[in-house]
Amino acid sequence: MATLMATLKTSAQRLVTGGVSSAVKDRLQQSLAFASLIVIFAFFSFASPDFFTYSNITAILFSTVVIGTLALGTTFVIITGGIDLSIGTGMALCAVMSGVFIVNIRLPVGVGVLSAILFGGLIGLVNGFNVAVLKIPPFIATLAMMLVAQGLALVISHSTPIYFNDASGYVAISTGNLIPGVNFPNAVVILAVVAVVSAVLLKKTVLGRFAYSIGSNEEATALSGINVRKWKIIVYAFAGLFIGLAGVMISARLGSAQPATGMGYELQAIAAVVIGGTSLSGGKGSIVGTVIGALIISVLNNGLQITSIPQEWQNVILGGVILIAVYADIIRKRT
Amino acid sequence: MTTTVAGQTLTGAPLLEVEGVSKSFPGVKALSDMRLDLRRGEVLALVGENGAGKSTLMKLLSGIYTADAGQFRLNGRPFHATKPKQALELGISIIHQDFNLMPHLTVAQNIFIGREPSAGRFLLSERELNAKAKDLVARLQLPLNVKQLVGNLTVAKQQMVEIAKALSYDAKVLIMDEPTAALNYAEVATLHEVIRRFVREDTGVIYISHRIDELKAIADRITVIRDGKYVDTVDTQATSMKEVISMMVGRTLTSDARPEGVRSDREVLLSVRGLSTKSLLKDVSFELRKGEILGFAGLMGAGRTEVARALVGADKIDTGTIELRGKTVKIANPAVAAKHRIGYLSEDRKHFGLLLEQDVNANIALSSVSELSTKLGFVKDRALRAKSEEYVTSLKIKTPSINQTTKNLSGGNQQKVVMAKWLVKDCDILIFDEPTRGIDVGAKEEIYGLLNELAAQGKSIIMISSELPEVLRMSHRIVVMCEGRVTGLLDADEAAQENVMHYATLRPDENPADAPELGAEPPRPEAEPTPEQPGRGAGE
Repeated sequence: MATLMATLKTSAQRLVTGGVSSAVKDRLQQSLAFASLIVIFAFFSFASPDFFTYSNITAILFSTVVIGTLALGTTFVIITGGIDLSIGTGMALCAVMSGVFIVNIRLPVGVGVLSAILFGGLIGLVNGFNVAVLKIPPFIATLAMMLVAQGLALVISHSTPIYFNDASGYVAISTGNLIPGVNFPNAVVILAVVAVVSAVLLKKTVLGRFAYSIGSNEEATALSGINVRKWKIIVYAFAGLFIGLAGVMISARLGSAQPATGMGYELQAIAAVVIGGTSLSGGKGSIVGTVIGALIISVLNNGLQITSIPQEWQNVILGGVILIAVYADIIRKRT
Repeated sequence: MTTTVAGQTLTGAPLLEVEGVSKSFPGVKALSDMRLDLRRGEVLALVGENGAGKSTLMKLLSGIYTADAGQFRLNGRPFHATKPKQALELGISIIHQDFNLMPHLTVAQNIFIGREPSAGRFLLSERELNAKAKDLVARLQLPLNVKQLVGNLTVAKQQMVEIAKALSYDAKVLIMDEPTAALNYAEVATLHEVIRRFVREDTGVIYISHRIDELKAIADRITVIRDGKYVDTVDTQATSMKEVISMMVGRTLTSDARPEGVRSDREVLLSVRGLSTKSLLKDVSFELRKGEILGFAGLMGAGRTEVARALVGADKIDTGTIELRGKTVKIANPAVAAKHRIGYLSEDRKHFGLLLEQDVNANIALSSVSELSTKLGFVKDRALRAKSEEYVTSLKIKTPSINQTTKNLSGGNQQKVVMAKWLVKDCDILIFDEPTRGIDVGAKEEIYGLLNELAAQGKSIIMISSELPEVLRMSHRIVVMCEGRVTGLLDADEAAQENVMHYATLRPDENPADAPELGAEPPRPEAEPTPEQPGRGAGE
């Protein structure tokens, strides 16, 4: 038995040293996630006639937008080996700020949206400072920010929702249709564009390169002459922009900024990132994976609803999926 | 000839025998047909260069690895340990170079970890634990306070904790890997006494060491291995250490590979004056010339790595100036050092040198990504890849492609990847910290060749090494350090092993004329790298 295991091990090692590169393995994980998506999709299509319809698929995509946006930004942070727990309540705070800018101060919608997104960047900047300069572990730094953001959202809004009734065009950011007459929400188009931009930034720019390097080995990256502190701050601040964008998207969809929401979104977004094959220990991950991960979560949520599985069970199943996804990743690493 | 060897008067099988043992790893034959016999009541030294297979052999004995072929016998009976615990129960204890101690637990808790005496069903009995530990420590006559936290002890005392732990298993065979690497002379003497006390009619010690000079004092016989193969076993009394060394390296050490001397009229590139740090360094000064390989010798903990880290801004400098090309520079962090074209290649490639999970290209390109990117921050991937390809070829890095994950490369090739990273950056000053650690002998020669080539091209190299033959062979000049100070500067032609060792052990408070005698306890102030040692020697 022991010798058998040893032979297996060496032949597996030989296989690895024989030229299976990390890129191939990453693709394997992605295709694994993608295959799961297809399987889940097929399952629900058979389970319910209402699932595989144009309107339902649009609905699925539409419901992916908020989690997807948060997950895209978080992918960068997690690739550096960090984590951001403040994205959920940070999003609520940005939604409130969007309301303050557009409804209360009456800034033009475009300026207000931009300001809300930049406000998200500010949240990220503070996170980055706390993590990179003060050396507070990311989990703690962003946990604290999660509470701060939640509190500030309530304080600033006096715990009441801000409605975008008079702001013409704000709601259309999310629910409007780019091509008149074709029922395809703008929000999905925006998510798609942002995902493509993120993928390019991650793969083709210095920002992405250093995110991977820092996540792989922070010490070695620093000793290679890279200003790790600076780049960590940049990554967190950059991811913060996604918090702001998510805040705009969710408030545009609802037509109001809901200060008490947001908690829980961070975990769904992190789950999407992890299901997509990004390693929580850093150095590995992809935007395609994150998009697939976010889709898996939406498809599950939607499918479970459509097949009338009680709401209470949905999180149980989602939790199970996360365990399976991460375990698959561990198995992949062992070989 | 047999007078000193107690075991030879006994009949019967040796205490421990290793016969025909082989072990391969993917791409490397670590051991082939290895043998060794440890007699009862003796201290057997096991020597060999780095990568000779000493640690592989130890890991086989302790059950961490499984041998591909061959046999182990204890008291004539074959055994086969597949888990470290099994080896322990058989009476084979190993003390690794990097201790397996828990710094936040006490001496007693460390010694009996996993075997704590219990009070009742669920609770542990701290009192009984301490009593047992005290007993053991007293029996071994170790100067330890069992209630002290291990993290607060000196390295030497931590070693004693390891010994106590090993012997608490009623060890018959004690294997020590580089036990004196971080000890000073007085501590070495104490350690040797402890070892001698342990050796009885039915026990034996395998003593692995690089410090050839101390073998005369402790070892009865010496087994030499090289390139994973057994070379010879000799009686210590009947052999000169020179013979041992030439057996180790497989050739008589010659200086033929040593580069031509660098003329003193060469431009001084780097000049360090009065460098001190809070933790260790005191008034370190030296000059580095263009095209020079400047060796840094000294014992572990002498402060050589600290000099390198201070130079590249990884650690804070307290006082002192660094002059680069005649201009005083402030190097606040490694990013600044890289801008000044100073590259540091750490002794610990896995932690401080490489992105193991990333591919070769990402590693080679790392330092130059910022330079080889557009204003908008887009990486010029094609240019970087071309550079990577170029250096993979010119440094002869053995890898299927630049897309190969770095962790799959051998140690030598990994080292070359780190070199390539700094060469792409076009560094003028390269600081190599233990450039051949963990690299097998063939690849070592290649690294040496590259170092010489780089120096010939006009690069200035600081080479920190604990392997004396390496320092002697490679350096134009040698800086010797001891306990944070520079104690000697030798030219290539006056440098010899004895010379370097002399300076390496030259503590400022010591009279260099009388070499420390074994067993003697010269008075010494606290000068350990660890700044605080509360309660050292207290409570005993």
